[in-house]
Amino acid sequence: MLTLLGVAVIVLGFALRFNPLLVVIAAALASGLAAGLTPVEVLAAFGKAFNTNRYVSVAWLVLPAIGVLERAGLREQARRTIQSLRAATAGRILLAYLALRQIAAALGLTQVAGQAQTVRPLLAPMAEAAAEPLSDDDRQRVRAMSAATDNVGLFFGEDIFLAIGSILLIVGFLDQSGITVEPLALSVWAIPTAIAAFLIHGARLLLFDRTLKPQAEDAA
Amino acid sequence: MIGLPLVYLLAGLMFAAFAGLSLADRENNKRLGNAAFWGLFALSFLAGDHLGDLGNGLLALALALIAGAGQLGVGVPRTTSPEDRETLAARYGARLFIPALVIPVLVLAGSLAFKRLTLNGAPLVDPKQATLISLALAALVAAVLAQVMFRQPAVSAVQEGRRLMDLVGWAALLPQMLAALGAVFALAGVGKTIGEIAVMVTPADSRFAAVAAYCLGMAVFTIMMGNAFAAFPVMTGGIALPLVIGRFGGDPAVVCAIGMLSGFCGTLLTPLAANFNLVPAALLQLKDRYAVIRAQAPTAILMLIVNVILMNALAFHA
Repeated sequence: MLTLLGVAVIVLGFALRFNPLLVVIAAALASGLAAGLTPVEVLAAFGKAFNTNRYVSVAWLVLPAIGVLERAGLREQARRTIQSLRAATAGRILLAYLALRQIAAALGLTQVAGQAQTVRPLLAPMAEAAAEPLSDDDRQRVRAMSAATDNVGLFFGEDIFLAIGSILLIVGFLDQSGITVEPLALSVWAIPTAIAAFLIHGARLLLFDRTLKPQAEDAA
Repeated sequence: MIGLPLVYLLAGLMFAAFAGLSLADRENNKRLGNAAFWGLFALSFLAGDHLGDLGNGLLALALALIAGAGQLGVGVPRTTSPEDRETLAARYGARLFIPALVIPVLVLAGSLAFKRLTLNGAPLVDPKQATLISLALAALVAAVLAQVMFRQPAVSAVQEGRRLMDLVGWAALLPQMLAALGAVFALAGVGKTIGEIAVMVTPADSRFAAVAAYCLGMAVFTIMMGNAFAAFPVMTGGIALPLVIGRFGGDPAVVCAIGMLSGFCGTLLTPLAANFNLVPAALLQLKDRYAVIRAQAPTAILMLIVNVILMNALAFHA
């Protein structure tokens, strides 16, 4: 039970908004010490895993390309493109992106879009442009909703693809328990949830437009 | 064979350049902190395999201390003004999208093609790392293409990369740190303990209660560990196999597929899934660190309820 101290440290640390990197190290120490490891052993175990997980941070390599494009006006061009479309609203743009992201992920194309390469330079500026004029608070909400839409599309699309990590994990785990399941059987049963996610988040996106335009509605 | 070491070398050189440029940035009063932070990260990429486990642990600790002491600032490299950018956007128009689209196209092409590329019978590119290698290559090509197409100065790729990296700041390291925490938690048996508690509180006599406990358990465990993959074996072994599948005869394919997706609902709700939930808040310069989680919480909670209903309706054929 004492090993759960690490979880408690995480919950408290994040709730009190301490620097998350420090919270993570403190949580590792708390759980490791509770499990009977010495501080040096915990630090070594942490360091070993930190080193083998470097691939997680490789995605930052896209930042220079995105940065140069921003320097040359990519975000402004994304805005101009949207402003030329009369029917565009923030909700509709995000809805279209949700559909694309879910379909691409279902085809195994999870890496074709993402927060750094798509949401910041393209999606968020487009959604903002469609919703202008925006108050500061609403601008923040549009940006947050753009990031959220990317996540929802990715999460509830990718499990339809046969060779994704989570499907392979399920097949392997069940196999160890003496149950044989085909990846296809699993990916088929991810479809009802994917459709529900599109309907629910999509409906929220269309309702989102109304929350952005109280002034316009009052005028009408 | 081209593999991860080459990608790590590229990343190491990029962060080393960020560190060097940070050091020279006199307008950033925390330039020493930034230089040390990105420099240590560069060292991790360039020499991580030679530092030893404890050495890497100390490096991670040093990174956390620099960030925790508030020594990270935001550098202000000279860049184009908003007015310049409007002019440039008007001049280049839709061509600006081309390098941005090169990234996904090359990632896709590389992921597919690299697995088949061989030299004297041996794979030219490590097939297991085809996607990461494609991503690195695509990033490089897109940066050069953007620089040439829009006549940007040669140093702009690294300077602009540093500008964005400073916006992300310490959050950039959080996903990797959390992965390391997951390893320590596994070593300490944290998951096993949470699983035991979940099994203890699960009612064993009602089919619906077992389904609900499994789905909610997947979500809550994922919230605490930051990763549905950590929750899945524990919750499935503890609740789904003996109860939902064993006692009530649920179809394993349906139960496990929807169980995993219930875990994903938890991923949408937890700051521990940093690369999805905290990093974008930094990238989009949101004032509230948890704004993305707040935006997706209603969807996540509704989806969790939907998953319970779907599993209950679809998993029991008889």
